[in-house]
Amino acid sequence: MSAARISPVRWGRAGARLVLHLLVVLLMVSWFTPLLALFVAAFRTENDTAHTGWWTAFVQPLFTSYNFQRAIDIMSIGDSIGTSLAISIPVTILTTLLSAVGAYALTRMRFAGRTAISLLLVGLLVAPPQVTLVPMLRFFNLTGLSGTVPAIWIFQVGFTLPFGIFLVRGFIASIPTDLFEAASIDGAGHLRTFRSLVLPVSMPILASLAIMQFLWSWNDLLVPLLFLGGSDLAAPMTVQVAGLQQTTGQGLSQVLAATCISIIIPLVLIVSLQRYFVRGVLGGAVKG
Amino acid sequence: MNLLDNIPALLVIGAIAIPLFVYAYLGIGERVLALLPTPMQRIRPWVWLVVPLGLVALILVYTVVSTIVISVMDGEGRLSADNFIWAFTGAMRDVLVNNATWIIVFPLGTLALALIVAVLFDRVRYEKIAMTLIVLPTAISFTAGSVIWRQMYSYQPPANNQLGLINAILLAVVPGAQPIPWLQTPVLNTFALIFVAVWSSLGVAALILSAAVKGVPAELSEAARLDGASEWMVFRSVTLPAIAPAILVVLTTEIIFALKVFDIVYVMTNGNFGTNVIANEMYNELFAANNPGRASAIAVILLIAAIPVVAINIRQFRAEAEQ
Repeated sequence: MSAARISPVRWGRAGARLVLHLLVVLLMVSWFTPLLALFVAAFRTENDTAHTGWWTAFVQPLFTSYNFQRAIDIMSIGDSIGTSLAISIPVTILTTLLSAVGAYALTRMRFAGRTAISLLLVGLLVAPPQVTLVPMLRFFNLTGLSGTVPAIWIFQVGFTLPFGIFLVRGFIASIPTDLFEAASIDGAGHLRTFRSLVLPVSMPILASLAIMQFLWSWNDLLVPLLFLGGSDLAAPMTVQVAGLQQTTGQGLSQVLAATCISIIIPLVLIVSLQRYFVRGVLGGAVKG
Repeated sequence: MNLLDNIPALLVIGAIAIPLFVYAYLGIGERVLALLPTPMQRIRPWVWLVVPLGLVALILVYTVVSTIVISVMDGEGRLSADNFIWAFTGAMRDVLVNNATWIIVFPLGTLALALIVAVLFDRVRYEKIAMTLIVLPTAISFTAGSVIWRQMYSYQPPANNQLGLINAILLAVVPGAQPIPWLQTPVLNTFALIFVAVWSSLGVAALILSAAVKGVPAELSEAARLDGASEWMVFRSVTLPAIAPAILVVLTTEIIFALKVFDIVYVMTNGNFGTNVIANEMYNELFAANNPGRASAIAVILLIAAIPVVAINIRQFRAEAEQ
């Protein structure tokens, strides 16, 4: 079949498909390349990084793990990871638990002020963290919590609770009432219903909330920067990386290696638990 | 105090002890409630809510009130509008202009790209992996993103090798081009920073819009196509109206982000070369200048700017509660 006999509509459609694929691939490449740049550059020598672009590593490969060794041995990145974990794991567990508790009470118990509280929580969803900083600084100083990890727990959990409660309550509200009736016929009180019915059934949304909160907490810069200063612990990863970036004395390659280390856990989490992350994003945004 | 410097101890306290304590508290609370006469059992919801709502009241309610109070007082504790006068004059005005740029460009840019992604990715078979790549930057901190993009935007004088990919591509593609100092050029640098935010945030916006686009009934778009509408017409008259609520959600979320953006500016330029934004300025006022009054005034301005979004959210919530 010669080209002249293929109809213009077929050509138009084939051309459109090609453009479609080109655009999609262009977006994929554009979004992934910066991450690739980081990983490639982190394995290059300081000398190479200072004189040639990272892409030349594909033409003249010379890779080293020296930067990572330095990060771990001399910059005590391991300690920073420890601090980040000591912050983010409790924050994740506490946020998830307290959001479930709050959502359960707001959904399954009728009381005056229920609507008012729900509206208040919805309103607080978009409060900028800046309005909390000055009073919380004073509060932490007053209570002697300044510069301690529990201060970060209190702040990050409290700040995310409106979102967490909002996310979980939609789910609990959609649990069929027969299940609750069956539980109460069995003589289960509120705590047993919460523990044996609501928590297991809500696992998907709780998992979504957990992964979102873990990422937010792990990636948070402002809160630890402000409230954790003066602690004897190593700074958490984000603060550490931000500090390294601003002092150029360390050499660029080590900053890149430290950054790589700081993003490994989040990347692994989001790839392996992508389903839950997506559900959390959608649950908090599009309803129904 | 030593306990608080010990990582394993912190993990045990925060991840195990405190949750157990909360559970035990609820158990005891329920036991006590069971012993009370029925009318008094009305306090049950409050027994449950005291921990979560107590935290929220501390972190979000008490602080908002306190910030407002601090912002309208001067150094000696007298009522004064000095802080706000300072906020709207002089150097702060340029900062406010920067935030205004962020509030307009960032949401619109993210929205436009997210719509493109949502519509296009729906039509390719490798959608899942394409979407994963778009979502990846969402997982990393803005700090890490800033490190990455400071390298991407890196500038070297024309005589040297370019170390940043953007300038390298520019020189390779445009004949006779000069490398551009992206982060040092006023106005251009704010757009460069905004793009970093777009790169990070596109994933979430694209997920939301993609779900919305897939939710549009196929019959509607098919009917339009059978009537002879072009793809663009189908998008404009069928898809767009159907996904309007999701678009609103994306826009409001991004506007709030643009208001409070801090990490990217702090790490990439620290507000220099004319990139300063409100949140960064507030950080400076708090620490470099040790001026909580001015810092609080800045926070109140942010709060007021966020009120329209609060109103939209509440109205949306009420509308759904009635369904």
